[in-house]
Amino acid sequence: MSKTPKSKVVTVEQAMEHCYDGMTVMLPGFVNCGVPQTLIEGLMKAGIKDLHVISNNTSVKGKGIGKLVHDNRIKHLTCSHIGNNTETVEKVVAGEINITFVPQGSICEKVRAGGAGIGGILTPTGLHTPMQDGKQVLEWDNEKGEYKFVTDADPVKGKRYILELPLHADVCFVHAYKADKMGNVQYHRTARNFNEIFATAADFVIVEAEHIVEVGSLDPDEIMTPGALVDLVVPAVMEDAE
Amino acid sequence: MKKPENAREIIACRTARFFKDGDLVNLGIGMPTLCLDFIPDDIDVWFDSENGVIGLIGAPNEGDPVPTDVVDAGGRPSMMRVGGCCFDSFRSFGYIRGGHVDATVLGAYEVDAEGNLANWMIPGKAAAGMGGAMDLVTGAKTTIVMTTHCDKAGNPKIVQKTELPLTGWHVVDYIVSELAVIHITPEGPVLEEIAPNTTVEEVVAKTGAKLIVPEKVGCML
Repeated sequence: MSKTPKSKVVTVEQAMEHCYDGMTVMLPGFVNCGVPQTLIEGLMKAGIKDLHVISNNTSVKGKGIGKLVHDNRIKHLTCSHIGNNTETVEKVVAGEINITFVPQGSICEKVRAGGAGIGGILTPTGLHTPMQDGKQVLEWDNEKGEYKFVTDADPVKGKRYILELPLHADVCFVHAYKADKMGNVQYHRTARNFNEIFATAADFVIVEAEHIVEVGSLDPDEIMTPGALVDLVVPAVMEDAE
Repeated sequence: MKKPENAREIIACRTARFFKDGDLVNLGIGMPTLCLDFIPDDIDVWFDSENGVIGLIGAPNEGDPVPTDVVDAGGRPSMMRVGGCCFDSFRSFGYIRGGHVDATVLGAYEVDAEGNLANWMIPGKAAAGMGGAMDLVTGAKTTIVMTTHCDKAGNPKIVQKTELPLTGWHVVDYIVSELAVIHITPEGPVLEEIAPNTTVEEVVAKTGAKLIVPEKVGCML
């Protein structure tokens, strides 16, 4: 006999009870598109600070992740690009935010590994660049049919890869176009970006949705993040459409 | 197709001639997006944007409705053509790293004789970050650098060996400037074409890398 799925819909304030100072939080979005703005505003109001933010970038000045930047809520930032937000650049230069740059595709794969139970990934991206510093590099030996660890001092004899380790977070916020009450999610156009992969790699996943619909109204083949991965759903408040 | 009217447009117009019918091309933000205006009439090219979309066709015209949730690699609202599609970031970079993008076009602080590209940070200056550039130059079948031949102080941007932190090592295939088209080959950089208003001597003098000059150098327009 089929039971009625339990609703995960709560208020933003209730969702913030699961957030805390010093947490590592994944914040998806590309510049200002697909950013979980409602939940970020919730963090602002709840006064949560000393965050380690994993994101692709920091929105634009004063919006989305830019609010956390402006109010000095971020202690450490792991991202690929901050050029769209001059305030982030200033705070990084001033030493107020500790930054780790990771190439955009490597962020995806590190998070994918973190969410998929994989111990690391091998990528050619960043070889012979500062992205190699402090990381292990492997070279494929075609004769032996095995990888070996190498350094820049070794002559290049085969295809090389950087070993990138998994990324995982305490909490992930997600911006959805539609979510049903048990957290099955659909994204819209390029607002999908990092939302889908980030949602796989956190202990606690909170979805904000522009439209919250009844369970059963989304086509199972068109669900992009399964509700089983989602802990809570809140209604999104759309400040500015983009 | 419009006619190029200034140095940046000359660079864009020549770069666009590298694309083949049916190619999937990623244009970096800034000057590379000018290529959209110079696609030859007889070919059809699909544009990829690393934030997760194939089929972008540029910003909406003034007064036209702005599409919701469709932005380009600079975060600006953009139009999509019929047949385009959207996907998430990890698939997007899978397509890029996996060699499914035919050409990536981007700018440079410096590019050198071995095809090394530096375009994401200058030591001592605030770095914006590499975004998707390192993945793009690593994975795309062809990497084309669009750049002014020299910087604002007149120093060559095409050098023998760059000392800047790299975006990619041995990745650049072609350099297109307002003066020349340079092909990076295993033997070294070959001066394949020059602009109509310059000479081989001028290009050689303004290039920091030792150019290979073939007997016949073509015209880039």
